[in-house]
Amino acid sequence: MRNTTLAVLLLLTTLLGGCGYNKFQTTDEQIKASWAEVLNQYQRRADLVPNLVNVVKGYAAHEKDVFIEVTEARSKVGSIQATPELINDEQSFARFQAAQAQMTSALSRLLAVAENYPQLKADGLFRDLQAQLEGTENRITVSRNRYIQAVQEYNVTVRSFPSNLTAMLFGYKTKPSFTVENEKAIAVPPKVDFGAPAAGTK
Amino acid sequence: MTAIRGWRCGWLLLWLLLAGFARAEVAVPALATRVTDQAGLLTDGQRQQLEETQSDFEATKGSQIAVLIVASTQPEAIEEYGIRVATAWKLGRKGVDDGVLLLIAKDDREMRIEVGYGLEGVIPDAVAKRVIAEIITPYFQQGDYFGGIEAGVSRLIRLIEGEALPPPTARDVGWTGIKDMLPVAFAVVVFGSGLLGAMFGRLIGASIAGGIVAIIFWVSLGSLLIALLIGGGVFLFSLLLGGGHGGSYGRGSGGGGFGSSSGGGGFSGGGGSFGGGGASGRW
Repeated sequence: MRNTTLAVLLLLTTLLGGCGYNKFQTTDEQIKASWAEVLNQYQRRADLVPNLVNVVKGYAAHEKDVFIEVTEARSKVGSIQATPELINDEQSFARFQAAQAQMTSALSRLLAVAENYPQLKADGLFRDLQAQLEGTENRITVSRNRYIQAVQEYNVTVRSFPSNLTAMLFGYKTKPSFTVENEKAIAVPPKVDFGAPAAGTK
Repeated sequence: MTAIRGWRCGWLLLWLLLAGFARAEVAVPALATRVTDQAGLLTDGQRQQLEETQSDFEATKGSQIAVLIVASTQPEAIEEYGIRVATAWKLGRKGVDDGVLLLIAKDDREMRIEVGYGLEGVIPDAVAKRVIAEIITPYFQQGDYFGGIEAGVSRLIRLIEGEALPPPTARDVGWTGIKDMLPVAFAVVVFGSGLLGAMFGRLIGASIAGGIVAIIFWVSLGSLLIALLIGGGVFLFSLLLGGGHGGSYGRGSGGGGFGSSSGGGGFSGGGGSFGGGGASGRW
């Protein structure tokens, strides 16, 4: 009796190992880590916003619309609980993504407005903050790409045979990723072209 | 009807394929030297001078700085290409992540400083931006590429010197490198030692086998100590396992007596990682 149990356990272990159980665990951890990095970088961007707004305000206090827009976007981003569990819920993931996209467009509007103020552009603090924002946007892009890759690997494992049997057994589902459409809008870091007139201020 | 549809499908696929080729990204060049100039901006002497500065710095501080000059990064943005190069080259030490890449796209008139995770503290984005805008760009605008690169690199060096990093180790040899080479040693032990033992007798055969393995490891890993250790191990194994007879047992040296260690000529990344930190600029 004992021997049979042992044999069954052994068989199960081998089967699970062969059916990608371990692969699920490693890729799942990979996703968690890369998601944490995505959140980290978005947080970093949100932290930059108050300083940036303050500097711009110092030179362009009457551009109220854009300040309101940025502040709204920031509070919306802040209202979404950015937890690691977000990746298991398709809907709240989409909400999170939409909020961050709004933030991106509000920030690029802010930078576009700043273009109209030569003194502001010459301000050392503003230039530093602008460089930090550009760098952070780039880090967001990089971390999002790494997240997309990790999710892709996981989802392929969930769907392909024979590991899909393991996925069914344990209820593993495909995880949401950043969509291509939004990818285009978000992945492009706000480019500041000093020659052209500001695009966002119509 | 279906046949026509099939044809259309085929054409569509072909077009997609062609479009894919047309959008081919610029390949990441293999990392062989600290200064990779694909656009012919520098003379050989200038390149050597830069490389010397950078290798001296790596010897004293441990951080790796590399310069890559390409004609263009199109169709990719310089940021996308930069992070691809940085992740492929793995500049900086593993775990310390103290690598910096200076990327210059000549025809795009764009450049980027890609900063490893471990140096984001001393070279934050704003500082990287200043190095580009205030130090390198003025030289580049006058067409003095060497001057700009040299000034930029020496500023980066001075910045990194301000950071307390772990001291450099003499030619860090990763375990992965040794692991890749172990099958070679095994093959020599199993096949070579029997043959050599039969030809030269057990002791001399084992010495030769140990010596061969030690040389292989020394050349490929650049570490004399590890090469001697593994060579010695092979010698002992061959002595115990190897066939053949004759040859009195004496003190066998595992293959010592090489000249001074010269550290190997090639350059490779140490395993550092990048997360997209740094700055870009145009001139």
